[in-house]
Amino acid sequence: MSQQTCDVVVIGAGPAGIRAAVTAANESLSVTLIDEQAEAGGQIYRAVARVTRTRPADLTLLGPEYAAGGDIVSDLDASNVSVLHGHTVWQISPDGTVWCSDGAKASSVKARFVIMASGAQERPVPVPGWTLPGVMTAGAAQILLKSAAMVPDGPVALYGSGPLLLLVADQLLSAGADIRVIAETTTFKDYLSAAPYLLGALPASKYLKKGLALRRHLKAAGVPIIKAPNGVSIEGSERATGLRINGRSGQTFEAETILLHQGVVPNTQASRQLRLDHEWHAAQRYWYPTTDRFGATSLSNVFIAGDGAGIFGAEAAAAAGTLAGLGVAHAAGKLSATARDQKAGPFIAQHKKAAAIRPLLDHLFPPPAHILAPDDETIVCRCEEITAGQVRAAAKLGAPGPNQLKAFLRAGMGPCQGRMCGLSVVEIMARVHGKSPAEIGAYRIRPPLKPLSLAELAAMDDTPTSA
Amino acid sequence: MNTEHTEIAIIGGGLQGLSTALHLAQRGRRVMIIEAHHPGRFASGVNAGGVRRLGRDPAEIPLAMAASEMWHSIEDLVDDDCGFRAVGQLKIAEDDADLRKLEARAAMVRDLGFDHEEIIDQKRLRVLAPGVHARAVGGLWCEDDGSADPMRTVQAFYRKARALGVAFKLGQEVSQIAKVGTGWQMTSGETQITSDIVINCAGAWGNKIAAMIGEEVPLETHALTMMVSERTPHFIDPVCGLASRKLSFKQTPEGTLLIGGAHLGYADRDAGIAEPDPVKMAISAKTVSDVFPHLANVRIARAWAGLEGMTPDRLPVISPSKVDGSFFHAFGFSAHGFQLSPVVGRIMSSLICDDTSNLPLYPFRIERFSDGETKL
Repeated sequence: MSQQTCDVVVIGAGPAGIRAAVTAANESLSVTLIDEQAEAGGQIYRAVARVTRTRPADLTLLGPEYAAGGDIVSDLDASNVSVLHGHTVWQISPDGTVWCSDGAKASSVKARFVIMASGAQERPVPVPGWTLPGVMTAGAAQILLKSAAMVPDGPVALYGSGPLLLLVADQLLSAGADIRVIAETTTFKDYLSAAPYLLGALPASKYLKKGLALRRHLKAAGVPIIKAPNGVSIEGSERATGLRINGRSGQTFEAETILLHQGVVPNTQASRQLRLDHEWHAAQRYWYPTTDRFGATSLSNVFIAGDGAGIFGAEAAAAAGTLAGLGVAHAAGKLSATARDQKAGPFIAQHKKAAAIRPLLDHLFPPPAHILAPDDETIVCRCEEITAGQVRAAAKLGAPGPNQLKAFLRAGMGPCQGRMCGLSVVEIMARVHGKSPAEIGAYRIRPPLKPLSLAELAAMDDTPTSA
Repeated sequence: MNTEHTEIAIIGGGLQGLSTALHLAQRGRRVMIIEAHHPGRFASGVNAGGVRRLGRDPAEIPLAMAASEMWHSIEDLVDDDCGFRAVGQLKIAEDDADLRKLEARAAMVRDLGFDHEEIIDQKRLRVLAPGVHARAVGGLWCEDDGSADPMRTVQAFYRKARALGVAFKLGQEVSQIAKVGTGWQMTSGETQITSDIVINCAGAWGNKIAAMIGEEVPLETHALTMMVSERTPHFIDPVCGLASRKLSFKQTPEGTLLIGGAHLGYADRDAGIAEPDPVKMAISAKTVSDVFPHLANVRIARAWAGLEGMTPDRLPVISPSKVDGSFFHAFGFSAHGFQLSPVVGRIMSSLICDDTSNLPLYPFRIERFSDGETKL
């Protein structure tokens, strides 16, 4: 056996993961940080060190928040955390063994504690035509811009809601994209239901100011921002050719690239695979693993930091990372409870301040009903090409929840294991059965968390030589 | 506490319970299935779906032959083809020693009076299993074997049983069984079910149910690791195994590769948890890449494990109780009960309705674990 061992494995090198790793290492724990990307930064600060080094001019375009990620990444470089870049985690065993692969060869690291900081994923946006080439998420477009300075050719349309939608539109506009329309699902009713949270959001008012500035800037540049409360359809047969706004006018905008965004949700594949306790977020309609302020979960050796435990944004994630690092240091016997709490104080305050805007955003940008439970014809499970109507029919035939649905439809059994359809299936089945999503439950997740080849698996070091 | 009565109560809604229920219902008996989760939750719905006579223990061959006939007309039984495809089952000899071993096996089966297992040479092997590595020298071939879709099979048996009037108590775990008068009383939470006859089809939990009436059966719980790949272009029809190494391999009609081989994962019967073992996944991957080198870059999409109840001699218990003539057992299929399920239902209905079976059941009697005649 050539399995590595250490005190702590941290999964994910975004703000939460880096801070957690550095904090734990500073408390004299041996730490291995595993990340899928070739460079630290996560999705939010993706490639920040390289952009700073090789395309400093783009930092202006990507904004000061992005540039600030450079400090977090430098902290990692200065620490004695051992980093496995370019490694995809495909299984976490409850005993703390983390199984990963560098794309050529699978391997494992056994740790006393695991801190998961695998962040968020964009909420899938199942609208008619969303599986056509030319359609992607706004976040994916931003990744192309950050990591490869790629800007879509031809006309672009954006649809959805949430802070990232306007941000990506503005960044693409500055980078020279031809943006034809931004169609927003936020309604007047959403503003009303969000209004009570405005006061509470004041500590984080810089985000509010930023949002208003983005809107002004886009409007000044002549980009139409229209309301699409009844949803949209994507037109095209071989690939996307336009975005049609549902409703009386039925207006269609020509577009070769269509960017969808309805906020982000915690990435719960790994926490589900570990069978951790989860709760349902009623306003934002997502699952999140149950954690305390230090990220401790229902398994004593597993901690979660950052957006993977609930969506609070990058600044809150960095604070949560430090808190998880301190929590693990205490659990490992390196810090007394008093010392931990003393060190934690400023980060708890920082987290609270950064998170203050969330209740407002959560109520201002709720995922609309036509996205949660789409029309019968719309595909929800992309891997097995299963429509919302098929899910409804199976539920009516007696499938009580997502795991039984697999027996009827194979939904959620493709390579993405329900990453794309998990939330839709829960919402659709909850409506059919007149139950809450918490009663309906979620897909059981199996290894590998992401597909890996027979060759990678076969090359794993600790495979005994004889079967 | 609410009480319900049925003539025959079957504990366990896996394939053996479903098949037993539908055969009894066909003969006009009133049946209720009591299932702790949902039909086919553990072994029945998640196995490899092998419809295999190839390599069976001699004791099981007569049952497997009868079951095979039923699979070839499975639609007559459950109004659905269950995804059954008679693509054949093949055991590959990776070297000459393997081939000798398979030849001995074929001779043994012939001596028992059966001719379904046939030795094939390297040329035929390459036709049946294109892409097999050059070192493979031949194999043992069973032409009318094949595979079915386990989930679809469970659904079909479940639907048919319901259509025939079988009652279902789902999500009801039996915690207690008591003899009351000439019948039985089963407790499940706030529900009590009384019946004249009880059949224990509780799979990996079969010995727990048997113990409730005082019959001890040694049964281990195994979690068997399975993997499925992404879709890849069709290249092979038969279900393949190896003479010496653990492997069960097939390509589904959708193009995915289904890879098993009875590699043990992590099992917790009480918690109802079965998890694959990553190290075993790697061993399976190595075996597949050795046998079919062109598949090295195919990606594994998902691995899982099913809970199986394993007896010491790896043969099922298909037997009337020794304690009471109105209690019956059909469990402990030791990871190869899928193919047998149609005939097991027929056997159980004969045992109950006719007091006999035309198939030899002596090797499966429950008392073999205490009468000193087990093989182990």
